Amino acid sequence: MKILTGNDLRSGAVVWWDGSGWSLHVAQAADVGHDGDVIAAREVAARAVVSPYVIDGEKVDGEVRPAHIKDRIRALGPTVRLDLSLKPADPAAGDWVI
Amino acid sequence: MYKYDSYDQAMVDARVAEFRDQTRRRLEGHLTEDQFRPLRLMNGLYLQLHAYMLRVAVPYGTLSSAQMRMLGDIADKYDRGYGHFTTRQNIQYNWIKLEDAPDILADLATVEMHAIQTSGNCIRNISSDQYAGAVADEIVDPRPYAELLRQWSSFHPEFLALPRKFKIAVIASETDRAAMRLHDIGIKLVRNAAGELGAAFYVGGGMGRTPMIAPLIREFVPLDQLITYSEACLRVYNRHGRRDNKYKARIKILVHELGKEEYTRQVEAEFAHLLNQDIEPPLAELARIKAQFVDPPFAAGLPDAVDRSDPDFALWVDRNTLAHKAPGYAVAVVSLKPVGGIPGDATADQIRLMADLAREYSFDELRVTHAQNIVFPHVRKADLHALWSKLEAAGLGTPNLDQIGDIIACPGLDYCSLANARSIPVAQKISERFAANGKQDAIGELKLKISGCINACGHHHAGHIGILGVDRKGTENYQLLLGGSEGADCSLGTITGPGFSEDGVVDAIEKATDLYLEQRQDGERFLDTFRRIGMAPFKDKIYG
Repeated sequence: MKILTGNDLRSGAVVWWDGSGWSLHVAQAADVGHDGDVIAAREVAARAVVSPYVIDGEKVDGEVRPAHIKDRIRALGPTVRLDLSLKPADPAAGDWVI
Repeated sequence: MYKYDSYDQAMVDARVAEFRDQTRRRLEGHLTEDQFRPLRLMNGLYLQLHAYMLRVAVPYGTLSSAQMRMLGDIADKYDRGYGHFTTRQNIQYNWIKLEDAPDILADLATVEMHAIQTSGNCIRNISSDQYAGAVADEIVDPRPYAELLRQWSSFHPEFLALPRKFKIAVIASETDRAAMRLHDIGIKLVRNAAGELGAAFYVGGGMGRTPMIAPLIREFVPLDQLITYSEACLRVYNRHGRRDNKYKARIKILVHELGKEEYTRQVEAEFAHLLNQDIEPPLAELARIKAQFVDPPFAAGLPDAVDRSDPDFALWVDRNTLAHKAPGYAVAVVSLKPVGGIPGDATADQIRLMADLAREYSFDELRVTHAQNIVFPHVRKADLHALWSKLEAAGLGTPNLDQIGDIIACPGLDYCSLANARSIPVAQKISERFAANGKQDAIGELKLKISGCINACGHHHAGHIGILGVDRKGTENYQLLLGGSEGADCSLGTITGPGFSEDGVVDAIEKATDLYLEQRQDGERFLDTFRRIGMAPFKDKIYG
């Protein structure tokens, strides 16, 4: 599957296209198929997102996650500061990126 | 230390106002990202893996207490309560909001700080010896000359769009504590046979994809020609540096491809031309700067003895303090490498505490080291115990300076969009392994440096042991290098062989250090033993 990611223009936060808007959670990412570049151009023009790009995604146990480790770390947060990640209560969250 | 004059302050204030307007126009849609990116980068604002990152310049690593306190306050007010001290003696914040960036720059300007020259293809923040002005082996304090170079290079219209970024280091001692020969220009202040002060120029060093040790191109440039000669070096690079290939654009490639002799010939010709242009700032300006770097009022007659009855304190004194040029004083180094910690990170509270302690114990002054530690340059020996007690209580008393746990590590794939592999978890595992196995003290001096990609921000080429993280088909893999040094005995590390997993590289390092402990002769550091016995026995031990 193809998923679309970028950073929120104002906050810089990593965001994922969920089919109708931008989510902080990769699990909500939609398969954009061949439409990623079109959506990205529209969202850049609307100043909703900065530096968007399409990546390969995969479903693991029914949940979407990026295929490459770099984007899995983007999706989670720094593995060395899980308290600042999107899963601060999960001490094993870092294993998700491996 | 240097205090802004009205020109400095006006320049920085004007830049803040300019960037505030640029940011407004970006947020309102009048600038595209392609238009805005170079503008934000000129103000140190990157878009990194998780958010915007702001890199703040700390010229030659010197900070006042007020500046350090502001850095702590910014971490709390605009970021997530911490900052990361870098291998360029700067600090960066990882979670900045674009709309806050102009306010941060405005706050910085109130304490004579900014984020200029921390990104882009310009002359970057000038680095120097972190012990400048405090140790006896320097022939002169190098910082006034670094400051003169800072003023010359700031907004220099000819050098704002160089082929690539450009890094200059200035030192003034035989002991190189600033990796001088691994810079685009390394300047070493020297005296000639007549006792006159001048500068030796080393040009074309660097790490990154193609590491090079800078060759000496001129043994002595009179100090009243320092800027003119620097300008000549830059002009030849600006004229011939490769703009067609980012990976061949650094001056090291130009010097290598032209050859040292031809590059030097062209520099000398340009220098002769420039001497007639009268571009050197008046010596009165250098005198004005030097007057702001006079020694603090050291007290006379202070005792040299230190009460070592507390063994933990005595260990810290042995590991983390150095001889000072003034009797009764010491240089104290705060390791930002607690066991299992993140190299270079400090919380807002820790930063503010160090600011307060510098005010109380070190004439209001601190230094950031390229090894990602903090220096209190002028501490009365009688005050060391009080200083250490307060540091220790805040988790800042780790006694491991220049040991295997005192690791340089770039932010790596945990934060950096350029990285291929994580650096910090490897540093944490090594630190924990060698704290637990008790070998750190036995090993002694061992400089270990980790980079998460070939750009080498973690200086892996210059580590006695270096680690380079690479991406092997989507999996992190770590190459091991041995034999590098950033010091006066500068050398580049050699790759041992096939790479390792994260845990595998930690095991390999333990095997390498075990071999060192078996093979070392009296007084040898790890690096000395490696140089004496060579790579082969290390490869046998690691891969055998």
